[in-house]
Amino acid sequence: MARGAGAMIGIGVAACVAALTLLPLGAVFLRAGGWPGFGPGDWEAVVFTVQQALLSAALSCGLAVPVARALVRRRFWGRGLLIALMGAPFILPVIVAVLGLVAVFGRSGVLNDLLAALGLPAFSLYGAHGVVLAHVFLNLPLAVRMLVQGWQAIPAERFRLAQSLGFGPREMFWHIERPMLMAIVPGALVVIFVICLTSFAVALTLGGGPGATTVELAIYQAVKFDFDLGRAGVLAAVQFGLCLLAAGLGWRWATPSAFGAGMGRLAMIPGPGGWRCWGDMLVIGLAAAFLLVPLGAVVMRGMPGLLLLPETVWAALGRSVSVALMSTLVTVAAALALALTVAARGRGAAVMDLVAVLPLATSGLVLGVGLFLLVQPLMIPSRAALPVTILVNAVLTLPFVYRLLLPQAVAMLADYGRLAESLGLRGWARLRWLVLPRLARPLGFGAGISMAFSMGDLGVIALFAGDREATLPLVVQRLMGAYRMDQAMGAALVLVLVSFALFWAFDALGRRHAAS
Amino acid sequence: MLHLDRVVIEQDGFRLTADWQVPAGARVAIIGPSGAGKSTLLSVIAGFLVPVQGRVLWSGQDLARVLPGARPLSVLFQDQNLFPHLTVAQNLGLGLRPDLRLSAQQQAQVDAALGRVGLAGTGARRPGALSGGQMGRAALARALLRARPLLLLDEPFAALGPALKAEMLALVQEVAGEAGATVLMVTHDPKDALAFADQTILVADGVAQPPRATAALFENPPPALQAYLGG
Repeated sequence: MARGAGAMIGIGVAACVAALTLLPLGAVFLRAGGWPGFGPGDWEAVVFTVQQALLSAALSCGLAVPVARALVRRRFWGRGLLIALMGAPFILPVIVAVLGLVAVFGRSGVLNDLLAALGLPAFSLYGAHGVVLAHVFLNLPLAVRMLVQGWQAIPAERFRLAQSLGFGPREMFWHIERPMLMAIVPGALVVIFVICLTSFAVALTLGGGPGATTVELAIYQAVKFDFDLGRAGVLAAVQFGLCLLAAGLGWRWATPSAFGAGMGRLAMIPGPGGWRCWGDMLVIGLAAAFLLVPLGAVVMRGMPGLLLLPETVWAALGRSVSVALMSTLVTVAAALALALTVAARGRGAAVMDLVAVLPLATSGLVLGVGLFLLVQPLMIPSRAALPVTILVNAVLTLPFVYRLLLPQAVAMLADYGRLAESLGLRGWARLRWLVLPRLARPLGFGAGISMAFSMGDLGVIALFAGDREATLPLVVQRLMGAYRMDQAMGAALVLVLVSFALFWAFDALGRRHAAS
Repeated sequence: MLHLDRVVIEQDGFRLTADWQVPAGARVAIIGPSGAGKSTLLSVIAGFLVPVQGRVLWSGQDLARVLPGARPLSVLFQDQNLFPHLTVAQNLGLGLRPDLRLSAQQQAQVDAALGRVGLAGTGARRPGALSGGQMGRAALARALLRARPLLLLDEPFAALGPALKAEMLALVQEVAGEAGATVLMVTHDPKDALAFADQTILVADGVAQPPRATAALFENPPPALQAYLGG
């Protein structure tokens, strides 16, 4: 009754998101025109895509369990900083991560210097194992964070109960930690599997060639090098099928389990002593080295490169920031409208909830090729490069920001919905005095995530952009491809500094305005 | 006059009926076992819940199409009566203008209301800096500013100690007396009913019974009330 205008906005946004997700798919299917069949190597690409995604998800989650457990049950100097840094690779531009890995594991990297000194054969980062290594580097922190949250969601009372019953580490694991892992790990596996399924930038830079080409990369190659849109359409359809399958799995598995409510304090989880303590510290040390050394390498090698940067870098930086700002504005506004409408549980809330996560079932290249096909009759593709990138980034980031906002919106309505209604707080006044202050924190964080994602995005832009439309990640990739490594490292350092600064600025803005 | 005309409430297999009137200016306690539907009854009057049958009328006007914020009433909830992210003065200001664009005169009204409930000088604070009793006073001050003819109290003082609660009820008595407001108060404490309300509605076994004189009701309690009071 009271939600006329708000609900209309929500429905409008949902319709736009559905259209932006489904219309490009339709265009792709139409272009594919039935089933012209796979080209050479396409089936291989499908197999490799699934295999590497499975392996990356399994390795990330498997390694994350000891790391997360060590982090939640040990106190040590720099613990908070380390947990915060664990969030960094998640918002790290993929191309920067790749350069960091190249600096450590690449041909003239630290590892190969070491191997050569020992007289051992060199390690090559390029190929299937390089792709998996990069995926684990990028997704291990995500898995660790999900698990740390899982551990912290266990009510402190339960640990106290376990201690009072005299549980040892084994009973503790069986009765308390195992149920939590059973609830969290499947969701983490699916999320990482889906992320790796649509991996493009990693495959573009470290993979390629037979046995290391993902479907996403094959779509790119079909469009860029063969200009075979029919084949790109077939591959996009396959990619969509894969994502839909994975998202369907996720729907089944990734629903958050209801843990009993704790008292809201940060759980102080008791850690066993003896060899387990040393084991934990070793695990933390190894994980920190694996995640931080490549980042440090980018900084070290990038700094001298800063002096060598070509003009194009600064122009590209400006384009990247503008694209990120625009797509963030679109994403955050759309996610807020959807979250508020779904949280109010009006009619059609279930459908809108589905629409908000629909983009998970598609990928950057699928959307990009589809939008390309749609605008192709209307304008020169390279001129559409930036607008298409903005839209694709906005749509792909939407599910994440929406998921951040929804629980907070639900809590806000549960706590203050009736009070607001009873005072006649509606429309703009409601937004200004209730919604923005209550949701400032997730809005700021969501905007920060969206900025970082968009700044670091190297996907659809690679398909269209000429020199005059290139964003910074694309410039880095092109410098790297031209073996101008010092310049690439310098540009990568600029990219990562600006991305993190923007993330930090939006997140801090949200926290400063957050309701106490 | 508040009139519940053959109202039937249904929610998740729960059913409650009410068919009675409360005269303007009355003090009415709503008493009954927990889970009997006391708060649900207030939710229907306040407009948060739509009855499956019947009408809620105020002075002969059917409230069915009136939004909660526009109904001739103010509600004090059990908790969350104040927005923690706004100052006390802003929380009160919402009672005058939801967009908080207050005129100088309205600002003065807010200050006066704060003084009236003994909270002078606390306007710039956040609710988190107030005690439980002070939060109750602030919420009451907002009801004072809204000046609606009906005041619904959903056990807003339940968490306060006996002395503080008595103090708050006396304040409600004063504030409502000045405005000539009708007060409906949910409580589970017979003492509150006896001290505050001339009439009492017993909610038990799916029925919100018509109001009866409080003293007479407790002197000669019907079986449902007897069971609730125990002994």
